[in-house]
Amino acid sequence: MLQNLRRRLSATTVVMWIIGLLLLAMVFWGSFQTLVSGKYSGRVWLDLIVFGIAQGSVYALIALGYTMVYGILRMINFAHGEVFMSGAYMGYFVATALENRGTLDSNLLLSLVLIVLGAVVTSVTIAVLLERIAYRPLRRAPRLVPLITAIGASFFLQYTFRGFFGSGVKGYPEAEGLKGTITLFGLQLLKTQVLVIVAAIILLIALYTFVQRTKTGKAMRAVSEDKDAAALMGINVDRIIVTTFIVGGSLAGAAGVLYSMLFRQVYFLTGFIPGLKAFTAAVLGGIGNIAGATMGGLFLGVAESLFPNLVLDGLGIPAPYQLKDALAFLLLVLVLIFRPTGILGERLATKKA
Amino acid sequence: MALLQVDDIHTYYGAIHALKGISIHVDKGEIVTLIGANGAGKSTTLNTICGVVHPRHGTITLEGEEIHRLPAHEIVMRGVAQAPEGRRVFGRLTVAENLEMGAFTRKDKEGIKRDLERVYALFPRLKERQKQLAGTLSGGEQQMLAIGRALMANPRLLLLDEPSMGLAPILVDLIFDTIKEINAQGTTVLLVEQNALMALSIAHRAYVLETGNIVLSGTGKELLNNPEVMKAYLGVE
Ligand SMILES: Nc1ncnc2c1ncn2[C@@H]1O[C@H](COP(=O)(O)OP(=O)(O)OP(=O)(O)O)[C@@H](O)[C@H]1O
Ligand SMILES: [Mg+2]
Repeated sequence: MLQNLRRRLSATTVVMWIIGLLLLAMVFWGSFQTLVSGKYSGRVWLDLIVFGIAQGSVYALIALGYTMVYGILRMINFAHGEVFMSGAYMGYFVATALENRGTLDSNLLLSLVLIVLGAVVTSVTIAVLLERIAYRPLRRAPRLVPLITAIGASFFLQYTFRGFFGSGVKGYPEAEGLKGTITLFGLQLLKTQVLVIVAAIILLIALYTFVQRTKTGKAMRAVSEDKDAAALMGINVDRIIVTTFIVGGSLAGAAGVLYSMLFRQVYFLTGFIPGLKAFTAAVLGGIGNIAGATMGGLFLGVAESLFPNLVLDGLGIPAPYQLKDALAFLLLVLVLIFRPTGILGERLATKKA
Repeated sequence: MALLQVDDIHTYYGAIHALKGISIHVDKGEIVTLIGANGAGKSTTLNTICGVVHPRHGTITLEGEEIHRLPAHEIVMRGVAQAPEGRRVFGRLTVAENLEMGAFTRKDKEGIKRDLERVYALFPRLKERQKQLAGTLSGGEQQMLAIGRALMANPRLLLLDEPSMGLAPILVDLIFDTIKEINAQGTTVLLVEQNALMALSIAHRAYVLETGNIVLSGTGKELLNNPEVMKAYLGVE
C-alpha cells in the first residue's frame, strides 16, 4: 500500500504541491495584511473590480476566438492577437475620421455602429485570409507546423501594420457622450466601462445562442468532435471551419473597439500582450471550452486588477501594479502545472461504451 | 439499372493498397452484405462509397450518376448515408441534436418531422432519451442513435458498418430485426458485418472480401451453405 502511494506521489509532484500551497498561503497572507491595514477604501475596491470585469470581458471575447479555433482544428491560432489588433486599428481610423467631421460627438450611436462595423469587417477579413492562406494548406501537417506558421503570421501582421502605419502609439479619440460617470444602482461608474461590460454581455449571449440553438452552431460542435462523422452527415467541414474563423474574428474585432475604449490607444503591438493574456484565459478555462474561455477571461481580468493592490501590497512589494503582467503569466504557468486541462476542461468526458 | 454500381475501385492509404479492384452492385430494395476478416477492406469500401476516401481508379455510380469524385457532404445530399464503424455519435450533443445533424442537408421540414417519428418508432429508447447527451448513452443505445441518425438523411441507400459490434446477443437480435424492418419500409441496405451468420441470414445477396479483393459472391443462402464460408466465417468445420 505504501508502495502504491509512493508510486502515485513522485518527488516532483510533492515539490509542486508544496510550491502551490506556499503561493496560496502568500495570497491569503497578503490579502489579509492589506485588508487589515485598511489602506484602501471600499470605493477603490469597487473601481478595481469594475475595471477588472471590463478588461476581463475584453479578454473573454478574444479568448473565445482562440478556444473555438482550437476546438475545431486543435491548433493555437497565435495570430489571433493580431486579428484583434487589426480591428482596434480600423476602429481608430473610423473614429478619427468621424471625430474630424464632428459626427462622433453629434451622433454617438451611429458613430459606434460605424466604428464596430469597420473593426469587425477588418478582423473577419484578416481571420479568414489567415485560415485560407496560412492554415488550410497545412490541415494534414504535423501539429507543430501550423503552430509555427501562426507565430510567423503573427509577426508578419505586426510588422505589416508597423510598415504601413508607423511604430508610434496613436491616441484614440474620446466621444463627448462617453466621458465621465453614470450612476447605476447607486454606484458611480465610468460610462466607458459600463458600455464595455454591457456590449460584452450582449455579444456573449449572442454567441451562446448561436452555438447552442442554431443548426450551424450545432454543426460547429459536431465538427469539433469528429470531422469525418460530421462530413458523413452532409456537413461541409471546410465551410464550418471558415464560419468559426468568421465568428472568432467578429468577436476579436468588437473586442478591439472595446479595448480601445478602455485604454484609448492603439499601435502595432496592441495585440501582443492582450492576445497572450486571452490565450492564458482560454487555457485557464480549459482550451476548446466556450464557457471556460468566458470565465477564464473574467477571472484573469479581475485578478489582474485586484491582485497588485490586494495581495502584493500586503506583502510589502513596492510598485505592485508593475507586476500585473508577470502575475497573469504566473497564473498560466500554474494552471499548466496543476491543471493542464483548465478549470472546465474535459469535465464532460464522453463515456466510452 | 442498379441503385449502386461499384466498378473496379482501387483505394490507397498512402502506399497501402487497401482495395485492389472491388466491383459490387446493390439493387433497389435489397439488403446486401459484405463479410470478411479484420483488415479485409470492408470499412474502406463503405468509406470510398461515401467519399470519406477517394478511389485512385474505378468508378462508383448511383442510379447511373458518377459520385466517386464528390466530397462526402455532397454524396449525402444524393441519398447515401452511413452509420460508421464504432458508432461515432457526437457525444457532447444530445440525442435530438444528433438526429438533427443527420438531417443536416435537408430543408423539407415536414419530411424531417416524419422521419424523426419513424426513427423514434423504430427505437423508442431514443425518444425517451432525447435530451440526454449522446456520450452518456449505453453502447447499444449509441448504435441505435447511429442508425437513426443515418436514417434522418432519408437515404436511398443506407450503409451500416458492423452495427452489432460489441453488443449483447439480445441487442444484436434487436438490431438485426430493425435492419429488416428498415428494409421492409423501403430503404436499400448495404451491411458490413463480422457476425456473418446473422448477416447472411437476413441478406438477399452477399460478397466475401479478402485482403482488398472480392473472392466470393452469391445469395445469402448460397453463402450460408458454402463450405469455405462455413469454415472461415461461421466457425463450422
Ligand atoms: N486511415 C488509414 N490509414 C492507413 N491504413 C488504413 C487506414 N484505414 C484502413 N487502413 C488499412 O486498410 C486495410 C483495410 O482496412 P479496413 O478498415 O477497410 O478493414 P475492415 O475490413 O473494415 O476491418 P475490420 O473488420 O477490422 O473493421 C487494412 O490493412 C488497414 O490497416
Ligand atoms: Mg471495419
